[in-house]
This record gives sequence, structure tokens and C-alpha cells, in this order.
Amino acid sequence: MTDPARDSILNGIRAALRRGPLPAETRAALDRGLAAPAPAVVPAIARGSRAALVARFVVNAEAAAATVARVAPAAVGPAVAAYLRDHNQPTRVAVAADARLDGLADSGLLTVERRGTPAGDDAVGVGHALAGLAETGTLLMASGPDSPSTLNMLPDTHIVVVRARDVVGGLEDGWARLRTAHPDGPPRTVHFITGPSRTGDIEQTLQLGAHGPRRLHIVLVDDDPDAPAA
Amino acid sequence: MHVTSRQFKDNARGAVADANLRQSLATMKTGFRAKRGVAVAALPEFEALREAGKAMKDHTLAHLDHYLERFEEKVTASGGHVHWAPDADAACRTVLDICRRHNARLVTKGKSMVAEEIELNAFLQKNGIEPVETDLGEYIIQLRHELPSHIIAPAIHVRKDQVADSFRDTHTQFPADRPLEEPRDLLDEARTVLRDRFLTADVGITGANMLIAETGSTVIVTNEGNGDLTQLLPRVHIVVTSIDKVVPTLEDSSIVLRLLARSATGQPMSTYTTFSTGPRRPEDPDGPEHFHVVLLDNGRSRMLGTQVQDVLRCIRCAACINHCPIYGAVGGHAYGSVYPGPIGSVLTPGLASLEEAANLPNASTLCGRCEAVCPMKIPLPRMLRHWREEEFARHLVPARARWGLRLWAFTARRPALYRFGTGLAARALRLLGGRRGRLARLPLAGGWTRVRDLPVPEPGGTFMARYKRRETH
Repeated sequence: MTDPARDSILNGIRAALRRGPLPAETRAALDRGLAAPAPAVVPAIARGSRAALVARFVVNAEAAAATVARVAPAAVGPAVAAYLRDHNQPTRVAVAADARLDGLADSGLLTVERRGTPAGDDAVGVGHALAGLAETGTLLMASGPDSPSTLNMLPDTHIVVVRARDVVGGLEDGWARLRTAHPDGPPRTVHFITGPSRTGDIEQTLQLGAHGPRRLHIVLVDDDPDAPAA
Repeated sequence: MHVTSRQFKDNARGAVADANLRQSLATMKTGFRAKRGVAVAALPEFEALREAGKAMKDHTLAHLDHYLERFEEKVTASGGHVHWAPDADAACRTVLDICRRHNARLVTKGKSMVAEEIELNAFLQKNGIEPVETDLGEYIIQLRHELPSHIIAPAIHVRKDQVADSFRDTHTQFPADRPLEEPRDLLDEARTVLRDRFLTADVGITGANMLIAETGSTVIVTNEGNGDLTQLLPRVHIVVTSIDKVVPTLEDSSIVLRLLARSATGQPMSTYTTFSTGPRRPEDPDGPEHFHVVLLDNGRSRMLGTQVQDVLRCIRCAACINHCPIYGAVGGHAYGSVYPGPIGSVLTPGLASLEEAANLPNASTLCGRCEAVCPMKIPLPRMLRHWREEEFARHLVPARARWGLRLWAFTARRPALYRFGTGLAARALRLLGGRRGRLARLPLAGGWTRVRDLPVPEPGGTFMARYKRRETH
């Protein structure tokens, strides 16, 4: 099927570049580049020892107005409950279907409202990150049956569990994690989340809590012996 | 693209006299500019990233046809559709067709400069579909029936009491005497009103900061979260974007991500960077069921291989706008194009025409700050000069200015005559200035002296005359 609009744009590009369609060997070389992507400039803040990366992840997430609690693997549920209590938030939570979040309410301190996609008025959402990026204190959230993307955006309070082992250096390590978890291409929605939502659109005054969550709390699970909590 | 740049001079005169606007623009220095400075200083690799960004984008533009084809293949393979739109009209019609096919009445929109460029809102409205802007700044100017005056802070020209007035006029469902003095009150009200729109919209339209050829992903970079609610909640997600946004791989997108937020707002990373690939998968609990990408050309391919090709490297961070002394004095609306500032003055003549963009290449002091801060190293001053030369060559410069330039060129090519002339002029000006030492009026330069006096040249002759005498002070 020919598409005249498509042809006119592509031929316009070729005419402007004063050439015809690219020769087969050039196209093959470009495709090799697409198949084996190479990092360009990886900044020093994206590199370091395990302990340094986890520590930097915490510092940068807090600089972006997120809060972080480092907890032992067994203490995730109580940590979530403690945060909600301290911030005067309801303890009824919408939780992603991720099996790693199964025992969340075992302590009896939380009520799981639902597993999976949140309703528009769920106040608190709890999800699990694929990775954390030390470079900028960013959470990498990949959509899938266990991880609804609307959970990252709809609730007023967004709580994300991330494992210290999953805290990596920078964007390049994020791509590697993503390619390992999804070898056939990225899932529908990949969110890089750095702090709670914000706007500066009224007189350039920074305000947290625009359309997305008003607060972002990260529960960092200390499961990496090479990066012990201080 | 509706361009009213012919009125630039009148607009600028009005803008300079607007006290509200001056106050709004003053916040740019302490806001965007200072924050960018801190963020850039904190990243030692920033300069290396600029070089890498330039090289990556130059390579992509040289092989643009190939990367666009690969992008299309990947979008299709992931279950989405790519629509090619040579011009604004084709893009608007494509979006309308998709909306009609899904019986859409209410459309939410994330912030998109391409949608502004093609005037999508007006087109949808005319055809019975209600578009609602959801970025706070865009929402404010939609209520005020205005164009954006800045590419990342569209309502930068609006004061908070003006926002309150618009909200009181529009949101009549709330008590008339509610407090709306604080930015927080305004934000909370907009959040409540728009939350309902997010949940009921039939179609969500976003732009794209990048397109990834490797994966067929579209990328948006935002802070408010509105772009995500726009694309996740409705059944249909339409991405309205342009052909220059493609980059080869995810690794290449890292370069842009590390430059973009730092150059724009001074954040190391924006709050939300979202990669969208195709529609929701059968096993996904949420996300749109349909995914469409509208790829706009609208004059961009024509710029390849020309003196202004480099402008297609632009990542729309607005650093050049934030640092431009002209923009800082007159604001965005004066330019008469949705793309204001240095980037707009280079881009608009290419997208529309030099005739329509009249005045824009001259709306610059060529101070060079825009090029110095551009994360993609776009030589904006050189391109402004290129458009000025084109203006002259195509007889778009008024006769009097042409004759003036000819006369200047004639003397400038004859050093002896030039020196004699400038020496004579310097003496004449000193004589005219008399004891006051300044001139309030000048023949042929009334525009210049209307708002300022000209100090008379110092005694001792011209620079050249003094250089000859080796005067050192």
C-alpha cells in the first residue's frame, strides 16, 4: 500500500539532503548501530561502589523532595504504615499485584483496599520499582500485569518499594535492566519518576502536588550486603 | 501556522510599557537562569554531553529517512499506528479522523508545541470536539484565549490575580467568595477541575520530546503528571509530534535527558520521563487501547541541507529564550509566533516564510548568549544573520534601510573614505551635542532617540585615529 504523504515526506528529506534512498550497506550499518546501542557520555555521578550508589540514590531522591526510609526486608509493611500514620494519611491502600508486595498487610497495620489498578479516589498507592537510579534519585517503573501505570499517577500519596540490589548507577544501567526484563522491547509505559509531581506555572513559584501525587515515599529494602545501611 | 510577526515593532513597544509583563519577566533571572547555572556547574560532563548531543543529532538528521522508517516499523510491530502529515492541515485532519472513529467528544491534552503550531484546538473545536489543556500553564492560557508566551512556561506572562479572575469566571460551580489569593489555592482548584476531565476524556493527546527508532517509543518529559494522566486514562492515546524528534536508541535518549531538564528548569531530571510503546498489552491492567503517532513535517524537511539545518537539533528546553535580553524585555507574545525568542526567530521563517516572519531575524542584538547556553550547540546568531542576508537578497528590507546599508557598504569598503566620514561625523555630533554632551534627537534615527539620549563621542577622535597615535588609557 502506498501512502502519498509518507512518500512525499521521505522523498522531501532525501531531496533536501541531495541524495536518493540510502545504499543497502549504509542502511545495514545504521541497523547494526540500532541493534547494539553504545553509551555516549556516562557521568561520574552514575558510577561508584555499591554502597556509594545506594547512598547517592537516597541523597538525590531527597533532593527531589521524595522521602526515603531504609528498612530490613521483613519491615516493609510496618514502614509503610508508619509513614502513613506520621503524615496523617489513611491506612487503606491500593497495592500493585506484584508478588513481592504480598505480605504488606501481614502486620495488621494496613488495610489493602484492592490489588492492581487504583480507583480515581484511592488516596494511597503502593508499587514496586524495577530499579532505582543513583544518578538522579529516580525510580524506574515498568508497566505490566504486576505494575499498573495509573498507580504511579492517581493516588495522592505514592509509596514505592525498591530493593537496594536494584539500585543502579545511571540511565545506561536502567536500559540494561529494562532489556533484561523485557527482551522483546519495552513494556507499554516506562516511567522514570524523580520526586512528587510539581509545577511552577503560577508566577514561577514551585509547588508540589500538581496533577500527580502530592508526596512520594520510597521504601528502600536493604537486601544488598555490599551496601549496608549506615 | 498563524504568524503575526509583521506587528513585532508595535507589539514590542506595547510590551515594554506593560508593567505586569515586566514584573513577570523579571522572575526569569532568579528562576530559570539561576537554576540552570547551578545545575550545569554541578555536572562536570555537561560540555562533553553537549558535544555528544550535537554529534548524535547531526548523524540522525543526515539519515533521517532511515530512522523514521525504523521508528514506524517498531510502532507498528508494537500494535500502534504512524500517520504521516506533510503540513498542519493534514495533521489536524488525521487527529480529527481518529477522534471521530472513536466517537470522541472530550479530548484531554498534554502540553505540545507541535499542537500549538498546527492550531489543533481551534480545529477540533470547529468540528465539535472539546479539547481541554491539562498542563496548568496551558490550561490558564486556554481559559484566557491566549497563545503561549514561552515554550516551557506558557503562562509566564500572567499574574496570579489574573489567574484567579479567570478561574472565578470559568469555575462557577464553586462558591464565589472562596479564597484564591495563594498559588496553592489556584493549583488545588485546577487539580480538582481537571481530575474529572482526565477520568472522563475519550481521547488523550500528548506531544513528544523524543521518538526512539530502536524501540518505537515516544517520550514525554514533564513535572505535573498531567501528560501521564492524559495518555493513561482514555481509551485512545494520540501523539502529535514532528519528524525532527527522532533519535536512534535509548542510549542516545540518555544524552538528551541529561541536557534537557538541566537546561530548562535546572532539575537534574524532570519529575516524570515517560516512554510509551504501543497500546496496552492484553495482560496489562491499564493504559490506552489504541496508540497513534502523527508525524508532522510542516517545512522541516525543507530546512535540511540548508544554512538553518542545525536548528532541527533543538530539544525545546527554552534556555535561549530564558537568556535572551530581547525576550526578557518584550516577552513572548510580541514575536507573533508560537515559538518566541531566538529559537523562534530562526525556526519561524523556516516553518512559515521569511515574508510572514518579517522583523524576527532583526529582533536580536546578536549578543551570542543563546548559542552559549544552547545544550545542542545550535549557532543561533549565525542563523539570524543568514535570515537577515536572505531578507536583503529577497528585497524584503524597506527601501530606506536598503539604501542606508548600501551607502554604509560603499564606504566600509573604502577605508580612507570610511575613516574620513566617521571622523567628520564624530566632530559633527560633538558640535551638535554642545555643552549638554548628549543628543535628544538625531536625523534618520528618531526611533533610537525616542527612548534614550545619544552621548556625544568622546574628544580625541575615532578609535582608529587614537589607535594610530597609540593612545593608551
